[in-house]
Amino acid sequence: MSVIVQKVAQLLSALIFVFSMYVITHGHILPGGGFTGGVLLAGSFIVLVLAQGQGYLKLKQQRERTSLFESLSVLLILLLGFSGLFAGSMVFFGNYLPKGQPGELLSAGNIPIYSILIGIKVAATLFTIFLALTIYKEEVSK
Amino acid sequence: MNTEIYLAIVMIMMIILAVAAIHAKDLLSAVIAQGGIGYGLVICFLLLQAPDLAIVQIVAETITIIIMVAVLHDSTRHEERCPTCPRDIVNRSAALILVVTLLYFFVDAIPALQPFGEHTLRMSANYVYDAIEKTGATNLVKGVLWDFRALDTLGEAAVLFTTAIGVLAILRLQGKKSVKSN
Repeated sequence: MSVIVQKVAQLLSALIFVFSMYVITHGHILPGGGFTGGVLLAGSFIVLVLAQGQGYLKLKQQRERTSLFESLSVLLILLLGFSGLFAGSMVFFGNYLPKGQPGELLSAGNIPIYSILIGIKVAATLFTIFLALTIYKEEVSK
Repeated sequence: MNTEIYLAIVMIMMIILAVAAIHAKDLLSAVIAQGGIGYGLVICFLLLQAPDLAIVQIVAETITIIIMVAVLHDSTRHEERCPTCPRDIVNRSAALILVVTLLYFFVDAIPALQPFGEHTLRMSANYVYDAIEKTGATNLVKGVLWDFRALDTLGEAAVLFTTAIGVLAILRLQGKKSVKSN
């Protein structure tokens, strides 16, 4: 791609990244949340890779790392769900942390933590699939 | 009242686009018409005051169009038709039977539905009026997703996880060992 596209992609990628953080962390107050924010987060990396070419991010190492993050976030969601069995009202996925004032950033008990974890999970999944497609296509063309 | 007029306009536009997608000679224009249907659905969700669904629909629609255009880029742009093949006739008759059956049950079920815009079911009334008090989340959708229905959301996450594993398993080439017959 040309220099203009590369520079604009770098600027845009930072903006998309910050906006995805906003969407993920405000999921329990405003529309949005883990799934949409995760897709935006993956998009900010995909824009970079599309504009800069395949050598830019050392893709093979990144793919192992995204797989690691994906599995880790699922494990953490499960552990947090199981921790509901031993605290509060003793239900699987119980919401036992203090609720706080509705409408503030730190409220709604466990829901923001789940939001952040699912955001990491969705972003890692989408980026893994994208990297798999690009890497294996490159291997075929060799 | 205004909302219903706008909804009707958007839906008529979506139906026209759907017919155009079926009859398009170039597959790329069919894909673009289908994208138009998806974005029309986004406007419908916004008119019905469901911004959460609208955001998800925008993202999903964009990704679908990108993947479809990528597939078209690698394959042909023209549909191969043969109206007299037995397979085509079977497909058409199956589609016709399905449409008639669905229409019959749909007409049968309409009198049992709630009027448009009223949710008086016991469960959803509980969700709508007690959610802020019980979960502390002002976004009702997140309250339902991660408190009342958290187990369903875990299943959704498991589907995503399986998708990633499946893509990696199908697309990988290096890990495969060639089977040599002795």
